[in-house]
Amino acid sequence: MISIARLLRQLVVLTALLISPLAAFAQGADDAFTRLGADSYSDTARAVEMLVTSAHPQAAAIIEALGDGRLLAGGGAVIVKTRDGKLIDAKTGQPVATEPAGLSAVRLNNNVRRVVQAALGGLGLLNPDAGKRIAAAEAVFKSRDVTVLPVLEAAIAKESDAKAKAALRQAQAAILIVKTDAPPFDRLAAVDVLRERGDQEALATLRSLPGDASPALKDAQGRAIAAIEGNLALWRAGQNLWYGLSLGSVLLLAAIGLAITFGVMGVINMAHGEMVMLGAYTTFVVQELIRTSAPGLFDYSLMIAIPAAFLVAGAVGIAIERGVIRFLYGRPLETLLATWGISLILQQAVRTGFGPTNREVGAPNFMSGAFEIGGLAITWNRLWIIVFAGLVFAALLAILKLTPMGLQMRAVTQNRRMASAMGIRTGRIDALTFGLGSGVAGLAGVALSQIDNVSPNLGQSYIIDSFMVVVFGGVGNLWGTLVGAMTLGVANKFLEPYAGAVLGKIALLVFIILFIQKRPRGLFALKGRAVEA
Amino acid sequence: MSQSVQHNPALTSSLLYLDGVSVSFDGFKAIRGLSLVIAPGEMRAIIGPNGAGKTTMMDIITGKTKPDEGTVMFGGSVDLTRLDEAAIANLGIGRKFQKPTVFDFHTIEDNILLALKSQRSVAKTLFWKTAAANQKRIDDILGIIKLGDARNRLAGSLSHGQKQWLEIGMLLAQDPKLLLVDEPAAGMTDGETAETAVLLKEIAKDHSVIVVEHDMGFIRELGVKVTVLHEGSVLAEGPLDQVSANERVVEVYLGR
Amino acid sequence: MITRFLIQGMDKRGLVFLALLAGLALLVPLSNLLLPPGSFLHVPTSTMSLWGKYLCYALLAISLDLVWGYCGILSLGHGAFFALGGYAMGMYLMRQIGSRGVYGNPILPDFMVFLNWGELPWYWYGFSSFPFAMLMVLLVPGLLAFVFGWFAFRSRVTGVYLSIITQALTYALLLAFFRNDMGFGGNNGLTDFKDILGFNVQAQTTRAALFAMTCVMLIASFLIARGIVDSKLGKVVIAIRDAESRTRFLGYRVDRFKLFVFTVSACMAGVAGALYVPQVGIINPSEFAPANSIETVIWVAIGGRGTLVGAALGAVVVNYAKTVFTSGFMAPYWLFALGALFVFVTLFMPKGILGTAQDWWGKRRKPEPATPVAEPAAAE
Repeated sequence: MISIARLLRQLVVLTALLISPLAAFAQGADDAFTRLGADSYSDTARAVEMLVTSAHPQAAAIIEALGDGRLLAGGGAVIVKTRDGKLIDAKTGQPVATEPAGLSAVRLNNNVRRVVQAALGGLGLLNPDAGKRIAAAEAVFKSRDVTVLPVLEAAIAKESDAKAKAALRQAQAAILIVKTDAPPFDRLAAVDVLRERGDQEALATLRSLPGDASPALKDAQGRAIAAIEGNLALWRAGQNLWYGLSLGSVLLLAAIGLAITFGVMGVINMAHGEMVMLGAYTTFVVQELIRTSAPGLFDYSLMIAIPAAFLVAGAVGIAIERGVIRFLYGRPLETLLATWGISLILQQAVRTGFGPTNREVGAPNFMSGAFEIGGLAITWNRLWIIVFAGLVFAALLAILKLTPMGLQMRAVTQNRRMASAMGIRTGRIDALTFGLGSGVAGLAGVALSQIDNVSPNLGQSYIIDSFMVVVFGGVGNLWGTLVGAMTLGVANKFLEPYAGAVLGKIALLVFIILFIQKRPRGLFALKGRAVEA
Repeated sequence: MSQSVQHNPALTSSLLYLDGVSVSFDGFKAIRGLSLVIAPGEMRAIIGPNGAGKTTMMDIITGKTKPDEGTVMFGGSVDLTRLDEAAIANLGIGRKFQKPTVFDFHTIEDNILLALKSQRSVAKTLFWKTAAANQKRIDDILGIIKLGDARNRLAGSLSHGQKQWLEIGMLLAQDPKLLLVDEPAAGMTDGETAETAVLLKEIAKDHSVIVVEHDMGFIRELGVKVTVLHEGSVLAEGPLDQVSANERVVEVYLGR
Repeated sequence: MITRFLIQGMDKRGLVFLALLAGLALLVPLSNLLLPPGSFLHVPTSTMSLWGKYLCYALLAISLDLVWGYCGILSLGHGAFFALGGYAMGMYLMRQIGSRGVYGNPILPDFMVFLNWGELPWYWYGFSSFPFAMLMVLLVPGLLAFVFGWFAFRSRVTGVYLSIITQALTYALLLAFFRNDMGFGGNNGLTDFKDILGFNVQAQTTRAALFAMTCVMLIASFLIARGIVDSKLGKVVIAIRDAESRTRFLGYRVDRFKLFVFTVSACMAGVAGALYVPQVGIINPSEFAPANSIETVIWVAIGGRGTLVGAALGAVVVNYAKTVFTSGFMAPYWLFALGALFVFVTLFMPKGILGTAQDWWGKRRKPEPATPVAEPAAAE
């Protein structure tokens, strides 16, 4: 406990400081040096307090040296020994050529150490740099050291920067909460300040209100905690929503190509995940080429990788369609098996070519880092992936609805023979549709290379999720895929805090299994005679 | 069912009773306010242009499609809208599809065996033994549909017309109270068509039959009451000569 | 009635298969135990265990063929039933360790002691009894299949949708069994077994007995499967495969027939898993991996689906090839070979080895010019 007497003393000093800073400087500093030489713990502690309030130019260096045991005193001299062993006169800041005789380190006990710590914090509060003052205020907020209070109050009075002032007030409030002998009115005001701050730390501080507080104070504390918790829950929900949308956009990217090959063409492409994987490896190769030949282009590497990945995955897709799948139309289960075989071959090929370990794909500048909106932490790469997913979705929608190729695709899906009779080359359309679906998977690979490990198994981890999205959303409907992906993404992230990542995922799988029982054709299903399988 | 339905003489004396039945798919009304009564032992022909709702009507009767509204009663007391396909089939309603559907990888005899009237439970079929009486019935039916010599061939190897007959044979084996026959003469030669008409008339002696057909010659040969469907409801009903003289029928169906 | 059910319509192929299995069941253990190791006819214990493993896979393949080949249900989750049967057996074997574990706890398996568990979870009760564990080998996979199938078939989930949700099922189980707090040993699974029915699992005689038991269970399962597919129920099931809605209009409750076959098949898969575990010495969550289930499908496809014997043959052929491949310098290329096998079989040999051989045989006997058919030998 801190004695009343010392507090009073501090108040006196403080008042003096506020009334006449200069006088205090002269008087406080000299007295402090005398006391430092007195070899008494209480005098040393007192001296530290005086130094703080004196705003002596060497105060910080002296107190720091004291804390480290580098402050030497003796024979009226007070000397700071710097970290590299030089001697400096504490009073004047001048180097000392020869070490005066009879010097010994100023001794510390726990009380002195505490005072030193608090003083260092307090000095920060008076730092001319506003950023440093805020940081110091934060440190005080966490330490809740009552001894800093006078300095703190002095600092608040002087403070002109609004942000720094708020931080200082919050630090003061944090101290007042634990300071049982502070005026009740001040402590009530402190609760309000904390409530305004409204974050996790404010909550912890409020919770540390000693048990013997007055009913009024306890009541205010209770209400403030409830308010902060409600507010925090809201932000948390917002953050979960953001994570969910982010996961949803990843799922959308992975699944949307499948929505075309499975949804539109009815082809079960188990090698879809490997198309994603090829896209990611294409990104890797593009970056390697840029690193070795044109390092300046690195920030554009993803822009270059996007068309490259689309073409690589699309070409492989067309090759698969022409080489295998076209012989298996109308036999979905066989297609499933054959494409599974292809996925094994592709995985092994990449493993042979690039090795089984993860490959490093770098992030361009515009995708690194994060920013905050209120209580939300948003990383740039996630944001860009959401944007990218949206663009890919819109582009696909436009291709299917607006271009002649889209028209022909839809015609072939709806009635192959009729389309053929009308002069559409169905084989070519099949190949192009499959190529488009695979190419989009390649695009997903570019995005995934930014947030996931690029390894030969990359595709495997997305294939089941992708099928879930397409089946959940309803086959043959891109909007269904969008809704499916976002629903599953958000549901997953909202389940995670309660059930954990794995259980949440299991719960979701079970949900989809049950959902398909209820609506075997997904959320947005076609009805009527035409759907007969 | 409500009182009024209970005391409806048209209902109690009927085998099949449809009243005010409607169903729509994604906003398209395939059947609108359809009413139809089939008496026990009656044979009825149903005609109508494409999209008139003939197949959807059969789907509703056999439980494949649930109507949005309306009454579908069998034998005057059983509400068919509450039952599924298997229950309705076991009640005594057999169906022949527009496109002949037989079990391609079973022999012709096995096709008939599967259709043969019997207990349909899992346990009963697992420990089934074909009794002499069953075998005789199978032989009889094979004789009627003229496939006795081909009994061990796979049904998938049959011609289109033979498949139609096999499916009719399967209907016979089911021994239903009511047969729904969808375009039995489709894809048949004239000779086969005539034979099919004879066969159906034979069947109609002790079963109620609803025949959906496009072939006017075939309907004429059957010589039964005709119901004309158009846009999901009944346009006209009566003997063929009468309905084919009906101006609206001529307009919508025979075309002008 | 039962005998008639079991042997009716047994064809020559089936009889050859049964004779072969009976011969294996008798001769391999005898040769292993009685002949001196240097003898030409001696079967080393490791070979016997390896083939015991193949035969477990064969049993799994037969169970899958029953649902896929005959009922048209392509289950991509049969590995789950296999693994559940394996876990039931593994739990029995864990309880038999008693206080011989590393931590010497007489009741708790080592992994539970390691996780600081105070007492045995309720679902481990009873597994110290062999009959109870064997009941669970059938009951757990059977019940899961029943509940899953009851929902799926009643709501008429068919075709690829069913395949995808069976895959989701095994994937969900994979994730669940990886969790330590499920109480099944987490990542490491169950291993370090000591005794089965009081005999040391490592002993040569026990291994010989396990091998013989595997043959016997394979024979029994084959007879049951044969009996089912040759009965009228089998005809109904094939009818469902080829024209589901027609079957329904004949008055058969398609969902119940599917459910019956699916559940029986799951029980068989469970038995296969239970026989597999003591011979391999470990069961862990990777058995639930969707890839395993799909691999089982390819065994059946290669052997010839809808033939039962072919499924067993396919399982043995592919796994033998895998052993040969992955033990030599060709190891890195095994996945290429397996992948190519998937593509090759679906494109060129949709009827599998047995079906193709049958066609080829049939064509040889008829004077028609044989169209070039893919060589069955390529599967090796």
